[in-house]
Amino acid sequence: MGKRLNSSRGKGVSYAKWGYIFILPFFITYIIFTLTPQIMTFYNSFFENYRSGLKQIGPNFVGLKNYVALFTPDKTGTVGMLKYFGNTLILWIMGAVPQIVVALLLAVFFTSYRLNIKGQQFFKTVIYMPNLIMAAAFSMLFFTLFSTVGPVNQLLIAHGVVQESINFLGIKISVRLLISLMNFLMWFGNTTILLMAGIQGIDQNMFEAAEIDGANSLQVFFRVTLPLLAPILVYTIITAMIGGLQMFDVPQVLTNGKGTPDRASMTMVMYLNNYLGTSKNYGMAGAISVILFIVSAGLSGFVYNSLSKQYRK
Amino acid sequence: MKNAENTRGRILMIIARVVAYTILIFLAALCLFSFYMLIINATRSNAQLQAGFTLLPKNNFFVNLKNAWKDQSINIPRGMLNSFFIAICSAVLTTYFSALTAYGIHVYNFRLKKAAFLFIMAVMMIPPQVSAVGFIQLVYKFHLTNNYIPLILPSIAAPVVFFYMKQYLESVLPMEMVEAARVDGSNEFRTFNTIVLPIMKPAIAVQMIFSFVASWNNYFIPALLLDKAELKTVPIMIAQLRSADYSKFDMGKVYMFILLAILPVLVVYIILSKAIIKGVTAGSVKG
Repeated sequence: MGKRLNSSRGKGVSYAKWGYIFILPFFITYIIFTLTPQIMTFYNSFFENYRSGLKQIGPNFVGLKNYVALFTPDKTGTVGMLKYFGNTLILWIMGAVPQIVVALLLAVFFTSYRLNIKGQQFFKTVIYMPNLIMAAAFSMLFFTLFSTVGPVNQLLIAHGVVQESINFLGIKISVRLLISLMNFLMWFGNTTILLMAGIQGIDQNMFEAAEIDGANSLQVFFRVTLPLLAPILVYTIITAMIGGLQMFDVPQVLTNGKGTPDRASMTMVMYLNNYLGTSKNYGMAGAISVILFIVSAGLSGFVYNSLSKQYRK
Repeated sequence: MKNAENTRGRILMIIARVVAYTILIFLAALCLFSFYMLIINATRSNAQLQAGFTLLPKNNFFVNLKNAWKDQSINIPRGMLNSFFIAICSAVLTTYFSALTAYGIHVYNFRLKKAAFLFIMAVMMIPPQVSAVGFIQLVYKFHLTNNYIPLILPSIAAPVVFFYMKQYLESVLPMEMVEAARVDGSNEFRTFNTIVLPIMKPAIAVQMIFSFVASWNNYFIPALLLDKAELKTVPIMIAQLRSADYSKFDMGKVYMFILLAILPVLVVYIILSKAIIKGVTAGSVKG
């Protein structure tokens, strides 16, 4: 970097203005479409501002009332915000834990020269595919496959596993399982590929040295691969958490936006989306956004640290 | 003794291989099964679908295709055209301006260089949903609902794509080339367009695919901004399908709708999977 500085200065021409010109479109766009809306969102969270039928209420300054409302129990005694945050967390964990375990396993398979897996390109292509599929369509597909008259129920009845079709979408645990299964399928291929790159980045001599010392595969994995992979593994988990916080398309389409049954599959962003819909309740939606922002900022602080550490190298 | 140990090792290796392949084949089958069922069911008529489960295709594919294509309430060809237009524009803007921004920060030295870079890094991971409230208000204020501008223009500022481009530039761009172009009297903007962009082609291609796919699949914001039928995108139509009265539907047609929604991305993926999978890792952290 220092060298570059000198070489351009040496000729006595300053190119600095070009730097500003080239980054200008990015920053103008960012300020208009992201930063300003972000500030407006924060601002809104302190106002009462919604539509009730055809009547527009507000905007009136109400201080922290929206935040208080978010954490006030409803008639049934549940705090919506906490419930949906909990749902998001549960759905994320149910999908992410198997996702990371399986991805680790596959990454080890693919990179092991002793196992020497054939057809890697095929397997990688297949497991990564669901990641690119439209989540709304994927979810709609699962809805049709698992509906009471869908092929899964037909199959179960035909083989006498059940007498009557199961209403998969009416049972809390099966809805949650379906959502996490979809999330798992959409993301384990991606994680596998990232972790593979991580393992390939480890100095090969480490593995050889461990083998010469007579370590078996399990020992190599737990004593060499895992500790050296830890930074990238943590990075993967944190970015997956940020992704999980945004969970929307899959449960939204699967449950038709209702988070059925009994709002057990309603996520944070679905909750936010509800306030943005016909009621246009910008105050409440703003307050939810601020909470989402705080959680994701906390998580991204970590990613930022690990990235900038890498950058200093 | 040594021999016995060798045989034991070899047997263990064979077992390990069998286990590994079994797991891989199981997961691959799990990934493919739902799509296989989708394709099979798209070839069956409503009556055939009611009759029961089958793994074999029937001959109703083109009838379903025609029904889905000509449906009055869900205009899927129009939706595909709309989605395609938005996705192409976003992909071009996102890659071009991310490359431009990355080049600006990589090559030049200016006072705010570091601050600009740190800023982009800091906001990289913030989910777009958290500014949705203000974004929608802004769109309403400027009367841009049912307009594609708010769906396309923001893609100029894509921090993640910028980061990818920056990393790519660091690994491929020799400063001598930029200097040589300067000596030849090329202005900075022309140098970027005619010399740097071609060098960045692989990175641009990969990011174009990713941003095309992301835009094609995007549901949250478009669903809040588009309510005119002729402007709706594919994901909105699919979600509409879900909220419609399900029992009245020709299921063959429903499966065909879903198939059409994912088909463009599926085809692109099958053709370019190698490059796409390579692209997944290139932009991420290295240990």
